[in-house]
Amino acid sequence: MKTFYWLVKREFWEHRGSFLWAPIITGGIVLLLTFMGITTAEVFRMRSGVQINGIDFNAITAHMDAGALSTLGNALDMSILSPAILVGIVMFLVIFFYCLGSLYDDRRDRSILFWKSLPISDRDTVLSKVACATMLAPTIAVVTSIVTGLLMLMMMTITASLHGANLWQMLGLAHPFRVVANMLGMIPLYALWALPTVGWLMLCSAWARNKPFLWALIIPVGTGTFVSWFNLMGLFSLSDRWFWGNVVGRALLSLFPGSWVPWQVPGSAAAKFGQTASDNHQIMGDMLALSHNYSALVSPQFLIGAAAGIGMLAGAIWFRRWRDDS
Amino acid sequence: MSAVITANGLSKQYKSSLALDNVSFQIEPGRIVGLIGPNGAGKTTALKAILGLTDFSGQLNVLGFDPRKQRDQLMGEVCFIADVAVLPRWIKVSQAVDFVANVHPRFDRTKCEAFLARTKLQPDQRVRQMSKGMIVQLHLALVMAIDAKLLILDEPTLGLDILYRKQFYQNLLEDYFDENKTIIVTTHQVEEIEHILTDLMFIRDGRIVLDADMDTVGERFIEVMVNADKADAARQLKPLDERQVFGKSIFLFDGVSRAVLEQFGEVRRPSISDLFVATMKGTYA
Repeated sequence: MKTFYWLVKREFWEHRGSFLWAPIITGGIVLLLTFMGITTAEVFRMRSGVQINGIDFNAITAHMDAGALSTLGNALDMSILSPAILVGIVMFLVIFFYCLGSLYDDRRDRSILFWKSLPISDRDTVLSKVACATMLAPTIAVVTSIVTGLLMLMMMTITASLHGANLWQMLGLAHPFRVVANMLGMIPLYALWALPTVGWLMLCSAWARNKPFLWALIIPVGTGTFVSWFNLMGLFSLSDRWFWGNVVGRALLSLFPGSWVPWQVPGSAAAKFGQTASDNHQIMGDMLALSHNYSALVSPQFLIGAAAGIGMLAGAIWFRRWRDDS
Repeated sequence: MSAVITANGLSKQYKSSLALDNVSFQIEPGRIVGLIGPNGAGKTTALKAILGLTDFSGQLNVLGFDPRKQRDQLMGEVCFIADVAVLPRWIKVSQAVDFVANVHPRFDRTKCEAFLARTKLQPDQRVRQMSKGMIVQLHLALVMAIDAKLLILDEPTLGLDILYRKQFYQNLLEDYFDENKTIIVTTHQVEEIEHILTDLMFIRDGRIVLDADMDTVGERFIEVMVNADKADAARQLKPLDERQVFGKSIFLFDGVSRAVLEQFGEVRRPSISDLFVATMKGTYA
């Protein structure tokens, strides 16, 4: 256990820039953009001389019905969530390339010979890297985007309160704790969902003699193209759409945060989406609720994908042990 | 005491070449063995087999373990320095020490810090900012602080200047080696290790062509400086090698008695590099 902790720590030392600083800088940029946006709005408002101050914000909320208030609260919740989109994209790129390099870079610079001179099993080495890709990096990204989101909420509510809104009432309408708990609670789910991609990338990383990125991309995309071609010729009845989505997509894109959501939204809900505002909120709320997301755990996409990921990781461990090219 | 390494019929086939060809040898504890051979002779393959880094056929026992199946336990007892460039470039001195201290049960942190205090290395320095010589100093400090039974050095001083090279072997002898430890070293700079070796192994084309301790080597191999008039008579005794210096011939004999050779001229012990060149004649031809 102690060895495992130090293995994870080693990964963090090596990848501090991408694990820690990349999300923090992204969060900083989001905050800066928000600040610039608010400032611009204020400047334009002052120039054009629009008077909002004359209207009592409290008077408005006082006249809102419960539904409208909850809509306002949901909108505020969304502002906590919004940095997660940008931070999530950055995290996806970081983890994707981390996995590709994880078992390849030290073979290329031959430092693998140093790591292999220590009494550490190849299984522990590979698993520590999996833990970094599926738990450590996502946790740092989630915490960063939560902090960013809360800071954003503060900036917006303070701005609104300068125009007479009641700061505490607005914060009371939002549900920061629920949003934070939801996001943190998604991490284990994310780890499971990401396994096939992590497994595939690390397998390529352990196996490829050179250019793991090309191999990782060419093999699934090439196979997908073949399946599509066969499909076009009508040779067998395997749906190429199914193949692209469930094999190619899962092998390459499952690291994208929340990429399980499209699978889990029932068709009826998807059809309703965009029809009315209240439906939208309902669906969005459902999508974010932990219970809804965890119910997806038992779906075959999750289970078979995770099993395939574990299988590929076993392959990566085997290659790590026996690949002999240093 | 039982042997540290016992190899029996070791073979390793790469795609096109045979790197090890039915090799058998035994290494006793408390020895410093020089494994010497031309490029591509199979030295590194033999070391990789001992370290469980490559698959092979035949039997190999290292400290009672099978390197193929029990690599993780074996590495608790064995250290190796592969060559100068293998420490990861991003790591800091302090991180390297912390990491090894926490994953290696036989690591002695105070010892390591004492070794480092004798160098110019700073705790915050990264490997990428170091010269080759400093990297080896760090690696050696880490390895010497580990109480391992077997230390394997594969070209440890490659690319180092003479100061670092001398210091490397001096540290190893003075502060590390004792009768419970065994060191195997491969290098091309034969002259520099010849006085520290207790055993010599020559390997050529995947086969061990010489395996003897240094005393035996001194008895078996004799160099004689012969005047031109006696040269033909000396050639009758089938020397391994002959070269000309200042109008005299220097012959290298294997297993001819000293008394016989003294009749031809001045006898002396050959250097390992001369012995090596004579043994490996025609390797690249």
